Amino acid sequence: MSKKLIVIGAGMASGRALEHLFDEGADYDVTLFNAEPRGNYNRIMLSPVLSGEKTYAEIVTHDADWYAANGVTCRFGEKITAIDRAAKTVTADNGDVLAYDKLMFGTGSNPFIIPLPGHDLDGVIAYRDLEDTELMMSMGADNKVVVIGGGLLGLEAAAGMAARGADVTVVHIMGHLMERQLDEAAGYLLRKALVDKGITVKCSANSKEILGENGKVRALLLDDGTELPCDLLVMAVGIRPNIALGQEAGLAVGRGIHVDDQMITSDPDIVAVGECVEHDGAVFGLVAPLYDQAKVVAQTLMGNEAQFVQKEISTKLKVTGCDLFSAGDFADGDGREDIVFRDPARGVYRRLVIENNVVIGAVMYGDTADSNWFFGLIKDKTDIAEMRDTLIFGPAYQGGTPMDPLAAVAALPRDAEICGCNGICKGQIEDAIAAGHTDLGAIKATTKASASCGTCTGLVEQVLAVTLGDDFVMPAAQSVCGCTDMTHEDLRRMIKSQKLTSMQAVFQECGWKTSCGCHVCRPALNFYLLADWPIEYQDDPQSRFINERKHANIQKDGTFSVVPRMWGGITTPDELRAIADAADKYMVPTVKVTGGQRIDLLGVKGEDLPAIWKDLNDAGMVSGYAYSKGLRTVKTCVGTDHCRFGTQDSTGLGIKLEKTLHGSWTPHKLKLGVSGCPRNCAEATCKDIGIVCVDSGYQVSIGGAAGMDVKETELLIQVPTEDETILVIKAVTQLYRENAKYLDRIYKWLAKVGMDWVKDQIEDLDNRQALVDRFELSQSVYRHDPWARHVDEQAETYQPLANLSMEAAE
Amino acid sequence: MSDWIDIAPLEAIQPRGARLIKTAHGCVAVFRTAEDEVYALDNACPHKQGPLAEGIVHGKAVTCPLHNWVISLETGMVQGADEGQVSTYPARVEDGRILLDVAFIRSRSAA
Repeated sequence: MSKKLIVIGAGMASGRALEHLFDEGADYDVTLFNAEPRGNYNRIMLSPVLSGEKTYAEIVTHDADWYAANGVTCRFGEKITAIDRAAKTVTADNGDVLAYDKLMFGTGSNPFIIPLPGHDLDGVIAYRDLEDTELMMSMGADNKVVVIGGGLLGLEAAAGMAARGADVTVVHIMGHLMERQLDEAAGYLLRKALVDKGITVKCSANSKEILGENGKVRALLLDDGTELPCDLLVMAVGIRPNIALGQEAGLAVGRGIHVDDQMITSDPDIVAVGECVEHDGAVFGLVAPLYDQAKVVAQTLMGNEAQFVQKEISTKLKVTGCDLFSAGDFADGDGREDIVFRDPARGVYRRLVIENNVVIGAVMYGDTADSNWFFGLIKDKTDIAEMRDTLIFGPAYQGGTPMDPLAAVAALPRDAEICGCNGICKGQIEDAIAAGHTDLGAIKATTKASASCGTCTGLVEQVLAVTLGDDFVMPAAQSVCGCTDMTHEDLRRMIKSQKLTSMQAVFQECGWKTSCGCHVCRPALNFYLLADWPIEYQDDPQSRFINERKHANIQKDGTFSVVPRMWGGITTPDELRAIADAADKYMVPTVKVTGGQRIDLLGVKGEDLPAIWKDLNDAGMVSGYAYSKGLRTVKTCVGTDHCRFGTQDSTGLGIKLEKTLHGSWTPHKLKLGVSGCPRNCAEATCKDIGIVCVDSGYQVSIGGAAGMDVKETELLIQVPTEDETILVIKAVTQLYRENAKYLDRIYKWLAKVGMDWVKDQIEDLDNRQALVDRFELSQSVYRHDPWARHVDEQAETYQPLANLSMEAAE
Repeated sequence: MSDWIDIAPLEAIQPRGARLIKTAHGCVAVFRTAEDEVYALDNACPHKQGPLAEGIVHGKAVTCPLHNWVISLETGMVQGADEGQVSTYPARVEDGRILLDVAFIRSRSAA
């Protein structure tokens, strides 16, 4: 005869506890009550539901089939109204009385509603359950929403509503956002990211009264007299353990229902788990400890030994585009020191708090890839004295030579948590792999790891890679190529931070697996090195693709195409005659006008290249760089010279820009357009950098494309003069050179760093000038005509090494 | 018996570079690796006859400039998932000079 277990509350903790119980083969007859008219779902994933990134169906953790398969009697939408501990029965709200052998409390918590005047108006809600979420979703576009509370939940609510098109204001009583998890500097970055999403943030703001009209919320009044109009007011200021039922039943309670290390309440037949409990003075709001409790309570119900131990916990914010991690304690204090890393250019901030050579707190913003490693240092109380110098750079920079990121994962213990959303540890993933689930999809399906918010996907892949070795193929785009495990971003960071100025130094310091790289990494490295160290680094032609090595485009039959530069698209009859003569002399089969307003001579033999270049050079033309990951063309319209609509001299500006920028190597090809008026005849708004002249000046916009992707540019800045336009363009070109991944066009780079960041960089005049100076420094080396150099210095390398055709005929 | 002929000084080819040799039966590419070894291969990728001499040389392999097929300089075998082979010919360096086996020219004319 099975024992009867009644569970009150179908939340994340009780759901997980049931899973463990059935995994252990428990012989319980389970009845599950839930006040909400539904079963277990992943409440922390309501934020992605709100923002539209997931649907409710995707966050259900246990469906009807699961309950049926495990014989759970579901009584959803029903409350327990009373417990008779002496008789060991519960009474449901319809009057049913059910007997139990064991009772589990999983009643969770209630949102805290500040008793402001007006808090009971229509349209004032907490952000707690699916009903709240659905109401918020229905209030999306064109509504005004005020969120009280700048903590984790409030910000996720605000970001979700903003994503649905609402006009959102966050009101926070403290001086900076998420003050319990973040220090001021990280709070500032977070605030900036939210403001960039169009959210208004008011810190140090005291709410005084909620104003209504006809019983419905109208505005929030602050105590400085500010009125914030709203159609919906969300209070997300905290939660309180839901202890009412426990208290009535006579259980010992404090802030929550008291439990011991086995999760047993003051009644030996009643256990409790989740947000409703108080253990050793602490209550719990984050998911990781709840899942630990669920494991323990299941063992307790099985009659096994288990003990709940409070551990360090970490926080991640589930707002797309705000990469934020916080763990441990980072308050100031005697004997505490901190190490801060700030890279405003990438929007990255890291702070570690250290006490007695142990990391006790970590805040990371912008790049949280290493967060698990830092969290491990905190949890394990690792002595960091030896690696203090390089600690802040993360696991890749420890121990002299960079550590293989896989080695760090390999070193994690089996109980290290990999997936925070679902509480999956490394051991469970290893077990799943051992059972034959050998790719990410299978791991997701069988363990749920990385199946929720997805921030741990990289880690799961690394566990797969470590466990399977060569049998696992890491998805592309992770590392640069097979020669290294490092990503482009890591590599750029190493080149800058370790001042690596040669390819050999990179191979050495970054642990290249091949003797001299390959056709994928070498061109990227060559670019990074010359972009970062234009004076120190010697360009390596052998690490360039043939087009750049021979300054002409290779064609399908091995011949080349030659494009002389026509500054701003302007040419002369003499130049045209010289081009026609060259075409005749070298028997060019095809003469074509390119999309960038230049003339292309197609089908030139490789050995004729120096000769045709010399002829074109002699006629005053230089290489058009049509082959380069660098400035290609500046397309122009005729502007004020001839056009009756032209507002500025677009052709003149195009020529100046082309003369300024030519020869500059960039992560990918760079095309500009200058249109003399908004009719945009030069199609400037689908170029990497576009300038549209208007009466009042010059609109500079960036990030257009008309290739594999078609994109319109976004406005970067409008400036009044031609000179300032040129400065802005030099600066933004340099910014792109210094930061983008090799082979990312500006629009791809922009999608990663964000337009607002680029604007900040360019609008800061000191920074703009510094970028221009670095650009000019680089141009002092690279602004030249490669045709002339090759004609002078290495024309013979274009000829065959030897001609053996006569000997063969003997 | 091998009959080696002197083609050019080693410096005529850049490290990790290549130059062509014209023969009566098409071009042969002579490669120099970073380790100063030399290899001679037909200058045509088995895929779409891409000119291998224009490719990027890495380790003991070259990547075709047209579609990134990677070819072993030692064996002429196409690496990775692609399939095919390029003819290779004996080549070596002696006293800083590149030497080719004249037998390779005969074998080409016979082919």
